[in-house]
Amino acid sequence: MHDYTLARLREGLLGERFSATELTRHFLDRIARFDGELNAFISVTAEQALRQAEHADRNLAAGRSSALTGLPIAHKDIFCTRGVKTTCGSRMLDNFVSPYDATVVERLERAGAIMLGKTNMDEFAMGSSNETSYYGPVRNPWDRERVPGGSSGGSAAAVTARLVSAATGTDTGGSIRQPAALSGLTGLKPTYGRVSRYGMVAFASSLDQAGTLTHSAEDAALLLQEIAGLDERDSTSLDEPVPDYDRAIRTPWEKLTIGVPESFFDDGLDADTAAAVRAGLSVFEKLGATLKPVTLSHIHLSVPVYYVVAPAEASSNLSRFDGVRFGYRAAGDDDLIELYKRTRGEGFGAEVKRRILTGTYVLSTGYYDAYYLQAQKVRKLISEDFRLAFEDVDLIAGPTTPTPAFRIGQKVDDPVQMYLNDIYTIGANLAGLPAVSIPCGFVSGLPVGLQLVGPHLREAELLKAAHYFQLETDWHLRTPGIYR
Amino acid sequence: MRTASEFYAVSLKSEDVEKLCSLARLEIAPAESADLLAKLTDIVRLVDELQAQDTRGVVPMAHPLDRPQRLRADVVTESDEHALYQANAPLVERDLYLVPKVIE
Repeated sequence: MHDYTLARLREGLLGERFSATELTRHFLDRIARFDGELNAFISVTAEQALRQAEHADRNLAAGRSSALTGLPIAHKDIFCTRGVKTTCGSRMLDNFVSPYDATVVERLERAGAIMLGKTNMDEFAMGSSNETSYYGPVRNPWDRERVPGGSSGGSAAAVTARLVSAATGTDTGGSIRQPAALSGLTGLKPTYGRVSRYGMVAFASSLDQAGTLTHSAEDAALLLQEIAGLDERDSTSLDEPVPDYDRAIRTPWEKLTIGVPESFFDDGLDADTAAAVRAGLSVFEKLGATLKPVTLSHIHLSVPVYYVVAPAEASSNLSRFDGVRFGYRAAGDDDLIELYKRTRGEGFGAEVKRRILTGTYVLSTGYYDAYYLQAQKVRKLISEDFRLAFEDVDLIAGPTTPTPAFRIGQKVDDPVQMYLNDIYTIGANLAGLPAVSIPCGFVSGLPVGLQLVGPHLREAELLKAAHYFQLETDWHLRTPGIYR
Repeated sequence: MRTASEFYAVSLKSEDVEKLCSLARLEIAPAESADLLAKLTDIVRLVDELQAQDTRGVVPMAHPLDRPQRLRADVVTESDEHALYQANAPLVERDLYLVPKVIE
């Protein structure tokens, strides 16, 4: 049953082919068997999961099931979980037990989902390879010498190896879509504000968005249904109605125009990856979609804009880690400023320090206008390019990443090369747009992702296009040999 | 404010990195500093590409969906949970967070 989608597991539970307890035990056994070699989990919450499963079985027996009753999921360790350690992949929070649940956690629990554990991630979600985690790198189940992508790398590896059926993630510059692409999953980043950020450890508040890593678009729709919608506790949460996503993706196929930014297919894109993405685009043509070239004139500046805006916001958000109120505290009590410096010097890893310092640099006196303000202006131009493109097309499609999964250690010492991994994904974050990565083929045994970007709040249309694609293809159902 | 052309000439020096570390309250081990300087220089070069873009008349983005900040009624919604929150604090005494002495 570990190779089932959430939708199929739900049928099995409702049809009493297996119980929630059996299902939970099965996945916990797989975690015990395989996670040693993958390092996808930071915490496994077996006891709590089995208690939740018993509760789910009682509800199922009484005919009181809700949308996700008994379905096993995992949360990226960036989501606060009451009574369970929330580390954000950092030594700084190695001892942190949140006094409350994130809204995403609370809503999925209320819908009946069972949490099996918290997944590994790049420290404070800063990375594209899961190598910056204090808890060590996560390995890609397709090739354990390679990265699973990041920052939601643990979630990606856990779902890919069928250690859990679905997982949450967060996406600030591509942190759901890039690992989904490198792992052969469906990764959804909703519109900025569609899903509450309450209880999500903050990295870059104008970009961060919670989403899902699943096998199928159908499963993404199931989870989004529960986590989307207004939350009074997040002032940037959107007060907009939540459509019935599951129904929406099953409505008859309509005429669709898909924009293709030809600049995405330049020399920066690996030729075999390009061929797989082109083949994916032709599936949409076969479905009756029209492909149309679109121009995003400023998109080439998205990486520089991101590496001003995101570090600036991070340097401010991470100033809360002071060794006084919670988290790591360095030894010694000689002087307050020295205590702050030692605590942060010892508590943060190298990439987090670089981002804090970059942020401090671009916000400092004399540089603010030239960097931060300039970046927010170019961000506006990038956003306007998308707005204009969506006057002519329904969705925009292209590659998710420039290459398939790279080797562990290959880029870890060159931050700029690492940053360029997110060249196709950052635009959607800067403009606050929803986007999804779906598997569209393989290159040398490694999965390739195709990215669809939609106008604001059009998750239903995005997931519908992805769902129809997945009815025509089976790339999303492939499992690495030893994890079948 | 510096002009765009001056930025192309910017090269970070180790004193600049020391100043940034001080502003960010971040201790860097001497062994880390050369590598840090080299990597920050690469990052600054990457973001310097922005300086070439003409943005005259462009209003900086304030919100990705052009929405105003949602406000709530000015009423108390939270209760006093200090004991729960302080359970995570490294050092607490009589409900107070302990820090090194700051006033002589």
